[in-house]
Amino acid sequence: MTATTISPVKTTESALSVRHLWKIFGTKADKIIGSPDADLSRQELQAKTGCVMAVKDVSFDVAPGEVFVVMGLSGSGKSTLVRLLTRLIEPTAGQVIMGGSEITAASESELRELRRHHVAMVFQHFGLLPHRKVIDNIAYGLEVRGEGKTERRQRAQEMVDLVGLEGYEESYPDQLSGGMQQRVGLARALAVDPDVLMFDEPFSALDPLIRRDMQNEVIRLHEEVGKTMVFITHDLSEALKLGDRILIMRDGEIVQIGTPDEVVAVPADDYVRDFVSEVPRSHVLTLRWVVREPRPGEPVDGPVMQAGVIVKDAARAVLEAEQPVRVYDGDRFLGVVDDEDILRVVVAEEDEQPEPEPQP
Amino acid sequence: MSVLDRPRVEEPVPEVGAPPRLKRGWAVGATIFVWLGGWALLRGTATLELGGAELTGFHQWLNGVRDDFDAARDTSFFFQYVIGGISTAIDTVVTFFQELLSQPAFPRPVPEIGWLGVVALLTWLAYALAAWRSALLVFVSLLLFGSLGYWTDSIDLLIVTAVAVAICVVIGLPTGIWMARSKRATAALTPVLDLMQTMPAFAYLAPLALFFGIGPASAVVTTLIYALPPLVRITAHGIRTVAPTTLEASRSLGTTDVQALRKVQLPMAKRTIIVGVNQCMMAALSMATIAALINGPGLGQPVAQALQSLDIGSAFVSGIAIVIMAIMLDRTTTAASQRAEKEARAGRAGGRRRWVVLGAGGAVALVLVYVSRTYLWAAEFPERPDLGTPLSDGVTQLTDWLVTTLENVTNSLKDLVTYALINPLESLLADTPWWLMGLVILAFAYLLGGWRPTAISAVCLLVILGTGLWNETMKTLTTTLVATLIVILSALVVGVWMGRNHRADTAIRPLLDALQTIPPFVYLVPALALFSTSRFTAIVAAVAYGVPIATKLIADGIRGVSPTSVEAARAAGTTAWQMISKVQLPMARAAVVLASNQGLLYVLSMVVIGGLVGGGGLGYLVVAGFSQAQLFGKGLAAGIAITALGIMLDRIAQYAAARYGRA
Repeated sequence: MTATTISPVKTTESALSVRHLWKIFGTKADKIIGSPDADLSRQELQAKTGCVMAVKDVSFDVAPGEVFVVMGLSGSGKSTLVRLLTRLIEPTAGQVIMGGSEITAASESELRELRRHHVAMVFQHFGLLPHRKVIDNIAYGLEVRGEGKTERRQRAQEMVDLVGLEGYEESYPDQLSGGMQQRVGLARALAVDPDVLMFDEPFSALDPLIRRDMQNEVIRLHEEVGKTMVFITHDLSEALKLGDRILIMRDGEIVQIGTPDEVVAVPADDYVRDFVSEVPRSHVLTLRWVVREPRPGEPVDGPVMQAGVIVKDAARAVLEAEQPVRVYDGDRFLGVVDDEDILRVVVAEEDEQPEPEPQP
Repeated sequence: MSVLDRPRVEEPVPEVGAPPRLKRGWAVGATIFVWLGGWALLRGTATLELGGAELTGFHQWLNGVRDDFDAARDTSFFFQYVIGGISTAIDTVVTFFQELLSQPAFPRPVPEIGWLGVVALLTWLAYALAAWRSALLVFVSLLLFGSLGYWTDSIDLLIVTAVAVAICVVIGLPTGIWMARSKRATAALTPVLDLMQTMPAFAYLAPLALFFGIGPASAVVTTLIYALPPLVRITAHGIRTVAPTTLEASRSLGTTDVQALRKVQLPMAKRTIIVGVNQCMMAALSMATIAALINGPGLGQPVAQALQSLDIGSAFVSGIAIVIMAIMLDRTTTAASQRAEKEARAGRAGGRRRWVVLGAGGAVALVLVYVSRTYLWAAEFPERPDLGTPLSDGVTQLTDWLVTTLENVTNSLKDLVTYALINPLESLLADTPWWLMGLVILAFAYLLGGWRPTAISAVCLLVILGTGLWNETMKTLTTTLVATLIVILSALVVGVWMGRNHRADTAIRPLLDALQTIPPFVYLVPALALFSTSRFTAIVAAVAYGVPIATKLIADGIRGVSPTSVEAARAAGTTAWQMISKVQLPMARAAVVLASNQGLLYVLSMVVIGGLVGGGGLGYLVVAGFSQAQLFGKGLAAGIAITALGIMLDRIAQYAAARYGRA
């Protein structure tokens, strides 16, 4: 299994499909694509043309209901990327297809319709309107698309209940804590009942404890409403916790796309390896990544476990078993795992960074 | 005040061949050497001096233009319908309000609404817009206007100010919004606003009188020109600085441009916009008083008359009335902006109780309006209690006593500055042949700011030469430079003290704030009281006008120096003086440069008005131009020269600030 291949999702079935998307800031940026200059590094390009390469030839698909995380350090182009998806920033080249319609070809009014009904975004610094009450902030998206006051109040009230803001409807944003404000931002996005939710580093400005609460909130909401989500973050543990798949960006380019355990187990290069080196591997890797062929003469009649079990959860059972554990992927026999294999994963990380963080 | 809001020259000026510090020192030395040498050898030649009643061809031509304009007023389409239309419209509105509130409304011997009704209405309005505290302030202020003996003049001034501000809002808000949304509009309008703010107010009185004649219309238009830029600028600024995230979030939900403006940008900029209205109103008030010189109605008239007849007592009392009005308008609009803020943040401010009070107050006000239309005692402000006369007499006596007692002090101060600073500098500037002086000015412009201000200065100097008032301009320049020097020195001393000492700051700052609300016209009164008419008097008034802003800027700059640097310097064993000279002043350089720049502009505008109290130079000619028909052209030319001088000094100062002000 190679980690960099895009998982084969058919375009027609994707909630979101991105093809060869580029963004270069600067004058005459469109002339650069296709010229030899496009292969220059970001620094070289800027020195030569004055243009800044923000997003470079990015393609990926997001399946309906998937939580797709884009991760990278600041300046990697991830925030630009998410804005290109709804053309809050105009792409220099490429295609974005959402729910079958091509966003990159939409007119101004089609685009507005799309933003009003099909996609909503949650922002790092909330972007709330300080002069409006919580309930009117949440109803804002409904208001601008012309819904009546009673309907939008009712819908907003549902959202208030959904994100746990009961009792704060009549407050003003600056009377709320950061975490609460972001709940308002979340409710505002959910209120328009979009097909796709975008999050631009929504929890970076929050305290660690609040951040964990809000992450759990997103997981809960995802289970409840099942929206497709595109989630931008610079925090790997957040990415691993939330993402069905993770796209890792550097200097505007895709470095790797894969599931959390793929990214940790088979980093695409040193950049990703460096990132994941601090991750407690036993919390992310599944038995699939430690299973091996039975050695000649090894007993193969131990307890049975499924390949998708996370190492940490399997550890006690494996260590207590008399025989190596047999690992199955459904009905298919993959191999065995014994004490030694488990300890290699658990102990190796002890040297590096034993920071336990429960995986939901 | 308003000059502050002007963005400084934005492009950095790394002009080609900006001489390094050492070379520049030599160049300055050489320039001064040539200047002094030329002055010593050629003093008194080619000074372009012009006698008081002497007119150049240009002045006579301007007189002719005036006559032509007067003649054309009834025949030309442009004058009859465009200018005449504007003029009539404004006059009608002002007269309407005057007859409603302040002047006899024929056939009634009194206004439609008497003083009692006016007091009730305005107090109610203040409560509606701001809060009960403002209502109380308005109530007391209005009663004071009356008992000081200036009821009619005060309400007239209020009317002119209000009409001008209303027009400003109608023009300024859309313009500000437009500028915030279009880069092209910003690029096109910024120079226009710059020019409107750089021109000393005095300078455009005459040309406007030329078009609109003297009276309410030209007073309103003058006030409008002066008060519009701050409103436009602050509105644009307020809309531009709405948090980009909020705007983006709103866009991400599919707002149209109009929705974004109405639901996001305007509500979020509301408070800033009201600050803009406040600035606009204060500027309008100060200009509306000066517009008394072109027969604008209001409190400026008694001040101007008293100044001309050296009646310190009356000047003082009417000046006090202006100050009270300034405080009243300033506090009320500030309170209104705080109220807007509170409403925006906390919503339910006041609630039902407020509506009840508003309704009841409105009813009471209407009853009082009715009373004031029916009974004479409620229509004409009673002559007693009369605070004006005793105050005026008291001030006159006090001044007499002060002047006799302090004669030695004031006279020696006056003589010291006159003989040690003004006379030598005036001789240097005005007695040097014009061509040499012009070259010296251009050399300084180049050394301070580079090529661009030099080119602008060259044009300005040519214009000044063309007006035939070179010599007078140099005299005005002398007064300006001396006053600016004093402003900078005092601002440095007081500002550094305030910046370093929290107690000094809390004690002095309210005083400076209060001084800044006073319209410039009023500054002339105490200066005249202490020093009678002389060039020095104008300088004193200019210094008093320029010091508050410069001091505050320097104090803020010193305070803004990073505490870490100060702490680090203290840890290294720095003395207080070393701290000031090696750490705080160098780090606050940008603020000092800005303070000098602003000080200079404030001084210039005041020096010109100082023509009213013996300031001589161009300001005097402007004043003379209003009063003597055959000097009209010369006064107009003086206005042009003032504008050219102002633009030249402003540009040099701006470019020098951009070059030296970068920390």
